[in-house]
Amino acid sequence: MKLTEQQQQILDGAQGETMAKVMKTMVMYGEAFEAETMVPVTSKHNHLVTSFGLKVMSPVYDLMQQLIDAGVESGQTFSVDPRPVDKNVPANFLQNLVFNKFMYTKQDFYEGQLNKLGLMDKNAFTCTCYMDEVGNKPQKGDILSWAESSAVVYANSVLGARCNRNSGIIDIMGSIVGYVPYFGLLTDEGRKATWIVEIKTTKKPEAQLLGSAIGMKVMEDVPFVKGLDKWLGTKLDDKACAYLKDFGAATASNGAVGLYHIENLTPEAVEQGESLIKEGAKVYVIDDAELERVKKEYPVIWKNPDAKPKLCFVGCPHLSLEQLKDWTVKIEEGLKQTGKKKVVINTVFTASPGVLEAFEKTEYAARLKATGVITSYICPLMYMNNPLCKKMPVITSSNKLRTYTSARYYTDAEILTTITGGKS
Amino acid sequence: MKEFKGRVITPGEVTAEAVVTTEGFNTLASLQMALQFGDKEVKCGDQSNKQLYGKPLLGKALCLPQTIGSTTGGLVLYCACSMGKSPACLLFSNHIDSLAAAGAVLADVWVEGASMPVIDCLGDEFLDYVKDGMKITVKEDGTVVVE
Repeated sequence: MKLTEQQQQILDGAQGETMAKVMKTMVMYGEAFEAETMVPVTSKHNHLVTSFGLKVMSPVYDLMQQLIDAGVESGQTFSVDPRPVDKNVPANFLQNLVFNKFMYTKQDFYEGQLNKLGLMDKNAFTCTCYMDEVGNKPQKGDILSWAESSAVVYANSVLGARCNRNSGIIDIMGSIVGYVPYFGLLTDEGRKATWIVEIKTTKKPEAQLLGSAIGMKVMEDVPFVKGLDKWLGTKLDDKACAYLKDFGAATASNGAVGLYHIENLTPEAVEQGESLIKEGAKVYVIDDAELERVKKEYPVIWKNPDAKPKLCFVGCPHLSLEQLKDWTVKIEEGLKQTGKKKVVINTVFTASPGVLEAFEKTEYAARLKATGVITSYICPLMYMNNPLCKKMPVITSSNKLRTYTSARYYTDAEILTTITGGKS
Repeated sequence: MKEFKGRVITPGEVTAEAVVTTEGFNTLASLQMALQFGDKEVKCGDQSNKQLYGKPLLGKALCLPQTIGSTTGGLVLYCACSMGKSPACLLFSNHIDSLAAAGAVLADVWVEGASMPVIDCLGDEFLDYVKDGMKITVKEDGTVVVE
C-alpha cells in the first residue's frame, strides 16, 4: 500500500506506539483487500457497533482503555448501537439477575469509555443513527468508517454514502487515524451489481423476508433489484425508507450484503440505471412460491414448537416514527376486530431514544400505550442473548433477530393477528 | 491426501481436525453464546447453519467460504483469540471478507502471542474435498495439506 508521508510517519511511531499499532491495523486490513491507498474519512460523525458492556467482551474494553490511556483522539464524534437493558421491558427475577449481575456488568464502565472517546450525546444509542431524530445522517458520497451491518447497508444503498462492512473496533480506528483503506464498496467498481434480482410477486413482498431471501442467495455480492419499484414507488419517502431499512437489515444479517440497488428508487440506480450491472451478472427470480420456500426453511428451535408465545419484539432494526404511528393504528383496528382491549402477548416496540421522544409528543403515544404495547430503546438481540431466553417462546417480525437468537419469525400481518388475539 | 495453496492473511503453522461449512459462517451467531456462557468446547450456536450447529469449534481447522452477518464479527473473533477460545485456524475457499479480515488482523496486532493462521483463496475444490474430521496441516507459506 502506498502511504502518504504523514501516514508513514504514524506507522513508524511518530505519534507513539499505540497510534502506530492503530495505523498498522488499518494498513493490514487494507492489504487483505489489495487496497493501494488510504482515503480520508469525510462524514461528520462515525457510528460504532459495540454498545454493550458484556463481561465476556473484556478484551475489547482492554483495547479501548489502551487507546484512552495513550491519549489518542477520535477525529469524529459518534453514535453507537442500542443499549442492551431497559427496566421497562418485561423480565423475570432470574433474567434481571443474569442481565445485571452476570452479563452486562461492564455497561457503566464501557459507557464511560465511549464518552471519553467521543460519544455524540447520551441518547446516541441506536442502530438507526441515520434517522432525522438522531442526527447522524451522512451525505451522498461521504466516506464512512461505520460498523453495524444494517446501518452500513442503509448508508450505502439509500443515502449513497460509501462504507465497507467494517467490523467493530476497526470502526473507531478509522476515526482515530482519519483514514480508511480504499477498497470494495468505496470504489466505483466495487459498487457494481453482480446479481440481478427480479421481483415477480403478486403482492408487496414482506421487507424482511425478501431481504432474507436475497441475502442468503447473493451473500456479500451487490444485487440490482428490478420490479420492487412497482410496490414501493419511485420516491424515497418515509414509507419506502422504512421498508428499505428493514429489507437491508435482513440482506446484511441473513447474508453479508453491504450495498443494494433498487431500480428507479435508490440514488445510484436512478442516476446510472442498468449501467450499474456487471456483464455476466447472475439472475435470481423471486415469486410468491420462492418467498414461501425461504420462510418454511427457517428452523424452529423452541423446545415445544407449538408453545404459546410469551413475548413479541418488533423493531430490529429500530422503528421509525412513521412505523410507530402505523403500528398504533393497526393494533387499534386489530383489537377492535377481536373485541379485546389490550394485546394478548407482552409486546415490545423498539426505537431510538430520539424517535421515542418525538413519538411521545404525538397523540399516538397514549393510544399505543392504551393497547398495552411497551416501547423501549433497547437492542432486542442483546436482551435475547442468553440461555434463559432460549427457553422462552419469543416471536418477532425481524429476520435479523431470528438469525441471531431463538426468536421465531412471523410476517408483520401474522404478528398483528397473534398479538391482538385474532385467529391465524 | 491433497495439497492446496492459498494466500496468507496471518501466518502460522498448525495441525488440527477439520470442521467444514459450505455456507457462510455467521461469527456472532456461532460464537456469542459459547463465549458468553463459558462453553468449554465452543460449540457452534448458529441455528441456521445446519452443518455446524452444535459442533465444537475450539481448536478445530474451520473450513469455510466466508463469514457473514453482524459487523461485530471481527471483534467477536478478536475476543475468541484473546480468550484462547478460537478455532486453530481459518481456511477460506473464497477471498476473505471484511469482518473475518478485521478479526484476523486485530488478533495479530493486538493479542500478544496469538496464533490463529488465516488463509484465503483456497478455491472451491478445497471445500469440495475437505470433510469433517480430516487432518489439516497449515504451513507458513499458505500451503494447506488435507488428509
